[in-house]
Amino acid sequence: MILQIFDWVLLPVIVALAWRSLNDRDLFRAVIKFIALGLLLAVAWVRLRAPDVALAEAAVGSGLTGALILSALVRMRRREQAATSEATGGIEVMRRVSIGILSLALFAALCWAVVALPARPTGLTEASLARLSESGVTNPVTAVLLNYRGYDTLLEVGVLLLAIIGVWSLRRGELPAADLSDRPLLLSLLRVVLPVLVLAAGYMLWIGAFAPGGAFQGGALLGGALVLLMLGGLARRVVNRSRLLRAGLVLGVLVFAMVCAITLLLTGGFLQYPSGSGGAWIMVIESAALISIGLTLGLLYLGGRPTGGQGDSADRSSSDHA
Amino acid sequence: MPDADHRIYLLAGAALFAIGFYSLLVQPHLLRRIMAVNVMGSGVFLVYLALGAQTAGVIPDPVPQAMVLTGIVVSVCATGLALVLADRVQAAMGKVEPGDDAEVADPAVPSPASGEPHQETPSA
Amino acid sequence: MSVLDVLTGLLLTAAVFFFVAGTVGLLRFPDIYSRLHALTKADNVGVGLTVLALMLQAENGSEIFRLGLIWVLVLVASATVSFLIGNEAYRRGQKPWTRGTP
Repeated sequence: MILQIFDWVLLPVIVALAWRSLNDRDLFRAVIKFIALGLLLAVAWVRLRAPDVALAEAAVGSGLTGALILSALVRMRRREQAATSEATGGIEVMRRVSIGILSLALFAALCWAVVALPARPTGLTEASLARLSESGVTNPVTAVLLNYRGYDTLLEVGVLLLAIIGVWSLRRGELPAADLSDRPLLLSLLRVVLPVLVLAAGYMLWIGAFAPGGAFQGGALLGGALVLLMLGGLARRVVNRSRLLRAGLVLGVLVFAMVCAITLLLTGGFLQYPSGSGGAWIMVIESAALISIGLTLGLLYLGGRPTGGQGDSADRSSSDHA
Repeated sequence: MPDADHRIYLLAGAALFAIGFYSLLVQPHLLRRIMAVNVMGSGVFLVYLALGAQTAGVIPDPVPQAMVLTGIVVSVCATGLALVLADRVQAAMGKVEPGDDAEVADPAVPSPASGEPHQETPSA
Repeated sequence: MSVLDVLTGLLLTAAVFFFVAGTVGLLRFPDIYSRLHALTKADNVGVGLTVLALMLQAENGSEIFRLGLIWVLVLVASATVSFLIGNEAYRRGQKPWTRGTP
């Protein structure tokens, strides 16, 4: 009963926040509301008994996406000041109204569609739990991700690699200018928080086998750590080791593909683990994926190809035009 | 708990999708459009997870949860790439609200449509 | 409803009060420094009370420790971030509100 009241409070706020985050006049405020929306969605995921998703939403969906959009916003604003840009001012009222009507019709159709769905769908819970003991892990979500639907996760890690390849092909990324000399507090924070983040990432990886967690959540923490490094001005040495960086980025896909090939040889089935060893194979894949995911997410924040350590100011001024 | 009714989450998901859809079409600014697509995705996730939570069983259906988890990661990858593309659009065309009749100019040629001082030579 | 549950409820209510107070401060205070002050102090106490309430419901010592760790991390992060925001505002010339200014 109380939880129903909670739903009735939470969801209108989510919907209102979604509207404001997309239609607020001030873009900066809109992005902040978008980040807040992500956090409230994480609460909604907990309410829907999906803690794995809540972890990922808070770290990646809200935190990292918000950071990405904010840094893009700052970059664009800085460039807009260098040249006069004309705002097209949006589209005229008639089109706005007709699109509004279309959206309302879409909303009505969707509502009808979701309400028409069965109230108690049978779903795949039974099937997932039936073979859980053989899957090698006890967390059903991890079992789905890395055993039952392992192929999808292989493609997902591939998508991560594709994204970073795309970003690197399009742009040179400049590290945020950071002068730590007048911000001793930031350095102290980093000294405390970075080891904790790395430890927590490893913890997430290990615990994913039997409790909410897993490689993706851990990777999100590592990505956050990398972003913190960049913001603190300490990332230059990490980002300049280009060969090591590339090795880390492809490690996830590489190891996953190797496991696919090896299991094909061992059991004749693509990604079919030999019985009893599923847990070990999953841990191998997840460990490699953890590194790749962390590096990819952190480097997405950089927003481009690292400039490769030829000196600060020259790179920064040329990368702005790149 | 298994008797909890999560129908309202389905409606909220539909609302988020419609809101994102409207904003995607109406807002000219590229960053707002990227956020709108993200909101549409969140609406879909709401519907997915609400359905998963309503399945009969001791635990909610883990398959939608796994798919939404994948979806969130793919979403952030797409957002990252889209932001870089938007940055390239701004570099090539000088503004971040392309509009309907804007052509993608050849970056090597000053674009007559924008009328601003041409400021880009692309790097490799 | 055991004693622990009642205590948890009381602590959570107190936490909500502090969060509301912090938000009122955010909305009503005249400049960024006082807003930061209100927000950081009130929200940290709110988080602390919430964590305390959850500790009462925890199942084992490991959970209690992890909850405490969350609170410490929130404290550290919010203190640092508040300092950074205030520092940046000061460097950009935001003057603190004084009684004479409207």
